Amino acid sequence: MTLSDTLQTSFKTVLSYRIRSLLIVLAMALGVAAVVVLTALGDGARNYIINQFSSIGTNLLVVLPGRAETAGSFPGAILGQTPRDLTLADAQLIGRIPQVKRYAPLNVGAAELSAANRLREVTVLGSNTNLIPIRHMQLAQGNFLAQGSENSAQIVLGAKIAQEFFPRSQAIGQRIRLNDSRFLVSGVLAAQGESMGFNTDEIVIIPIHHAQSLFNTTSLFRILIEAKNHSEIESVKHAVLSVLKQSHDGEEDITVITQDAVLATFDRILHTMTLAVAGIAAISLIVAGILIMNVMLIAVTQRTTEIGLLKAIGATSANIRYLFFAEAIWLSAAGAILGFFLGQFGSWMIRIAYPLLPAWSPIWASTAGIAVALATGILASLFPASRAARLDPVNALSKR
Amino acid sequence: MIRLTAITRTFHMGDQAVHALNDINLYIGSGEYVSIMGPSGSGKSTLLNIIGLLDRPDSGSYELDNRMIIDLSETEQAQVRREKIGFVFQSFHLVPRLTAAENIELPLILSGIPQKQRQSRVEEALQAFELMQRANHRPAELSGGQRQRVAIARATVMQPSVILADEPTGNLDHQIGSEVMALLEDLHHRGTTLIVVTHDRELGARAHRQIGMRDGKILTDQSNDAV
Repeated sequence: MTLSDTLQTSFKTVLSYRIRSLLIVLAMALGVAAVVVLTALGDGARNYIINQFSSIGTNLLVVLPGRAETAGSFPGAILGQTPRDLTLADAQLIGRIPQVKRYAPLNVGAAELSAANRLREVTVLGSNTNLIPIRHMQLAQGNFLAQGSENSAQIVLGAKIAQEFFPRSQAIGQRIRLNDSRFLVSGVLAAQGESMGFNTDEIVIIPIHHAQSLFNTTSLFRILIEAKNHSEIESVKHAVLSVLKQSHDGEEDITVITQDAVLATFDRILHTMTLAVAGIAAISLIVAGILIMNVMLIAVTQRTTEIGLLKAIGATSANIRYLFFAEAIWLSAAGAILGFFLGQFGSWMIRIAYPLLPAWSPIWASTAGIAVALATGILASLFPASRAARLDPVNALSKR
Repeated sequence: MIRLTAITRTFHMGDQAVHALNDINLYIGSGEYVSIMGPSGSGKSTLLNIIGLLDRPDSGSYELDNRMIIDLSETEQAQVRREKIGFVFQSFHLVPRLTAAENIELPLILSGIPQKQRQSRVEEALQAFELMQRANHRPAELSGGQRQRVAIARATVMQPSVILADEPTGNLDHQIGSEVMALLEDLHHRGTTLIVVTHDRELGARAHRQIGMRDGKILTDQSNDAV
């Protein structure tokens, strides 16, 4: 019996048991579709978060006070206290490191903004002119601490704040109050919406000196650093650590986080999550495989006399085995292909419903889904096929 | 040519041994027309199954067309069944989801004969058994006589040297039954060895040689000089 005859004969058999075949194909297809859709979701979420994270800066390093490692030296460590604050002097030292392209000291606090008879609580960022390019923010109008005005009392408003306070007039040049200090609006941020849970449309930015006096502090919340290029991120990190260790009397009491490291962590976590959901979905493929085995076993029982007849007219055991085998391949291949397209359709629907989420199933997931479907189908048919092949023709034929 | 020597076949039902065939010696020449008769349980079907290579004897030797059959592998036996032996069963054993033409085609497919040759041979068979009008009907849409004609067409499409028929008219009424027998006898006239198992005396009497069996043994073996 030739291969193409085996395939054709079994294909006819599959077609002649229409409902049975349809149900198996459907079970297989749903399993594959589940793998495709769930991995599309998982990978989409991963890409979404990584995009968000990349959007907050390039080649970014963040210096924060305190150390993230346990060390036995100072008693305050247990309480989360730090012996020394980050100061503007530290930031200036960092500015002298040659691989640093620019840096921005950062203080964050809340204050009451009042102008034009309106009042609201806002988040205040205190920084220098570099904050805006480092954080990939954009000014819609005006500027922030342009050359020669580094110490003037300027303020940049978030897009929504500017809209709320000066709905009809030009915001730039207006005078406003933050608590008891007066500021001159020098710029308005372009509307950006939320990124990493931080809405830049509802903040204001003031010079770092003014922020420190406003919040009555001399310490910094963070220092943001942009390295000159990607390959120098690590060397900047080491340079920052050694410079600040020196200025802090030999105590390494700061932590430097690189954007890369955080990105890599997120990437790893979300990739693992995608793998996990793919694994869960793959269980449904195993279930479909068991269904195939069950239905094939029933088919062997139903077709016992037919198998006996085939043997009587000269079929070898191998012929019979391959016929059942081919049947399983047809069923699982049809299920896999249908499931793949169902899954792609589902991912497309998700992309339509949530345009922000790049829900594309990764190629490895689609391939693995189809491969697992075929493999379980074939494995599940091994036992029924060999049972059919082993049937004794005399007994098989005498069954009524 | 069929030569059986000292064939025994024992079945075990619980702890009881049933001697379905007990030291059978039988020679059937090429082109003979033989009927095997006997009550149920006499071993006639077991004998037919052993001749048709569906069953293996516990001991003894079997020679078919100068070839020792017992020692052949399973695959080789399947090949012998395919090329030398045609089966006709009481209950037809047609594959219900295949059409008449497809049922007849089955042995050709199993032999790996290319599609084009298959088509012409199936057509010849359909014509020979007057089934052209019914070629694309499934067994459920055929009468008993037509079904048995399809089964005979299937048994002969490989041009075997031996046709084995187990109660071929058992499910047919008298007139259709004799029509079917006439078809089988026609094959015999063209040189095929025909062996018919039956418990119908009238039917058995049509054969040139009648073998009577009881309890796994051959009781009578007589030739008819009438034809």
